[in-house]
Amino acid sequence: MAREITYRDALREALREEMYRDERVFLMGEDIGAYGGSYAVTRGFLQEFGPKRVRDTPIAELGIVGAGIGAAIGGLRPVVELMTINFSLLALDQIVNHAAKLHYMFNGQFTAPVVIRTAAGFGQLGATHSQTFEHWFAHVPGLRVVMPAVPKDAKGFLKSAIRGNDPVIFIEHSLIYRNRGEVPDDEDFLLPLEGAEVRREGTDVTIVSWSRGYYLALGAAEELAREGIECEVIDLRVLRPLDIDTVVRSVQKTNRLVVVEEGWRTLAMGAEIAAAVQEKAFDYLDAPIARVGSLEVPMPYARNLERLVVPNKDQVVEAVRQVLYQKQPVAVG
Amino acid sequence: MDIPKEKLRWIYERMVMIRRFEDRVAQEFAAGKLPGFVHLYAGEEAIAVGVCAHLTDRDYITSTHRGHGHCIAKGVDVRSMMAELFGRSTGACKGKGGSMHIADVDKGMLGANGIVGGGPPLACGAGLMAKVKGTDQVAACFFGDGAAEQGTTHEAMNLAAIWKLPVIFVCENNLYAESTPWTYHCAASDIASRAAAYDMPGVLVDGTDVFAVYEAAGEAVARARRGEGPSLLECRGFRYYGHFQGDAVTYRTSEEEEECRRRDPIERFRQTVLSQGLLTEDELNAIDESVAREIEEAVRDAESSPMPSPAECLTDVYVDYPAAQLAFRH
Repeated sequence: MAREITYRDALREALREEMYRDERVFLMGEDIGAYGGSYAVTRGFLQEFGPKRVRDTPIAELGIVGAGIGAAIGGLRPVVELMTINFSLLALDQIVNHAAKLHYMFNGQFTAPVVIRTAAGFGQLGATHSQTFEHWFAHVPGLRVVMPAVPKDAKGFLKSAIRGNDPVIFIEHSLIYRNRGEVPDDEDFLLPLEGAEVRREGTDVTIVSWSRGYYLALGAAEELAREGIECEVIDLRVLRPLDIDTVVRSVQKTNRLVVVEEGWRTLAMGAEIAAAVQEKAFDYLDAPIARVGSLEVPMPYARNLERLVVPNKDQVVEAVRQVLYQKQPVAVG
Repeated sequence: MDIPKEKLRWIYERMVMIRRFEDRVAQEFAAGKLPGFVHLYAGEEAIAVGVCAHLTDRDYITSTHRGHGHCIAKGVDVRSMMAELFGRSTGACKGKGGSMHIADVDKGMLGANGIVGGGPPLACGAGLMAKVKGTDQVAACFFGDGAAEQGTTHEAMNLAAIWKLPVIFVCENNLYAESTPWTYHCAASDIASRAAAYDMPGVLVDGTDVFAVYEAAGEAVARARRGEGPSLLECRGFRYYGHFQGDAVTYRTSEEEEECRRRDPIERFRQTVLSQGLLTEDELNAIDESVAREIEEAVRDAESSPMPSPAECLTDVYVDYPAAQLAFRH
């Protein structure tokens, strides 16, 4: 059985179920308790589970991530919420130099099963509050990085992340919390934290994206289908480990690839995907791989400017036409 | 002060073990046998030992880049430590950690830490765990005067204070943050008084006097075990060597060096216990000899131990590895 619920409710269910299932699980973060979380994911949790398990913290990202790691070493299962991914920069040292490395550096003596939930997104929030850094974390061995696009993945991944034994960077997106989708009823519904998924089959061009970018890709594919261009749409879902084989298999069929990402293209996921695909499927490519991303400027505040910077569906459509040689190549992003 | 004789022997043995270990590491490093960065703890023995004297294996400590002394005071086997420094498979972390990353889960040693200020939040986490589980475990957090200026230390002290965590913050003020004098990098006349900002006790202690450290740490640990929250100790002392081996120590005057040696923590301990008749010269000498033997064996063992196998490169990146076809290892 399955129900249709929102992305936010999928996350809420995952947290609640795991908190009931395992008393070692607790939540920690800024404004998650009395206030209910900046994106209302934990609304009501303080009343339901009490202050020991839903712990409001000072605004101190480095400190609370470090405390989460220490508590995880000690045997608890902390889920640390960083209000947005912009603020994860303040916690980078504990994430990169501690969470990701303790198990290896100390020869497996310690595990740090901490889940760090955070959210990307934009919406006239200005330059410091409109970023997406998933590839920074995906760069680091020792971390798992997931960025679900649909409610089913949000729930299955979060439950698996909490039950797993490795540190997980779990990245949500502020503009998809209300998106709805089917989620299985099973309280033990888990998804392995790996593997991309082909969500729309097609024969002409492969479009790869993740999180909110997946919806752009899907929108573009539907529009192009009306004129007979069939795009295969892959939701990457997990950025580390990167399931490049699913992308390669698709490219072997379509011979053309467009990568859609929300942030700057330079040295980001699209660059890695393009490099890996040419390594594994060079002879299958009939056109240079196209990357759609944001303009390489700090995010401007004004609505019209922000719209110019963030990638949109039309740009994805154009990129598809470009790899099909239906138009002159233009710089996108 | 009433310290049982066995504890006195333990204190002396651990302090001498740290000193001999560090002197030997300096020697091996100078001979080109040890790679990397080593930061030696000689001179600061009274701090680690005076604090850890109150801890059991179930208690936790977090450490620093200058972590050998903390390891030894917490009971980590010097053989596994020396082997780790030599990068051998018999090392505490199978040669994958090195001097700055020695940990021992069985001893509650949460790791020497290559990041200045890396430890304090982790100590809060360990303390939080103890509080949540309702145990009487505590976490002692060693950090230097340099780390006192990191934001992470402030964040951690505040967290520990608002949640009344069983954490003992032990600032080892050895007068220099690498080469920068603490009188330059610290705005106030001491670090201990910062405790007032977190509504916790703050005590300035002579870090060359193990009895003073023992007494102050005893109170802080007892307070933590009673569930009354964290404390801050500033233990002021000296490091005999440079910031790292190879540091020319151009920033310290010869008068300061002499002052260091005059207040040697091990000599002070000897004088006190001998003058008060607590331990005999023979007892102390016997400890010296057994420590010397142990260090000698540790070096011999380390040198004759195998390097880690190349396959170790790829182990323990994750607890649960994903399916093989995925690109973790590519």
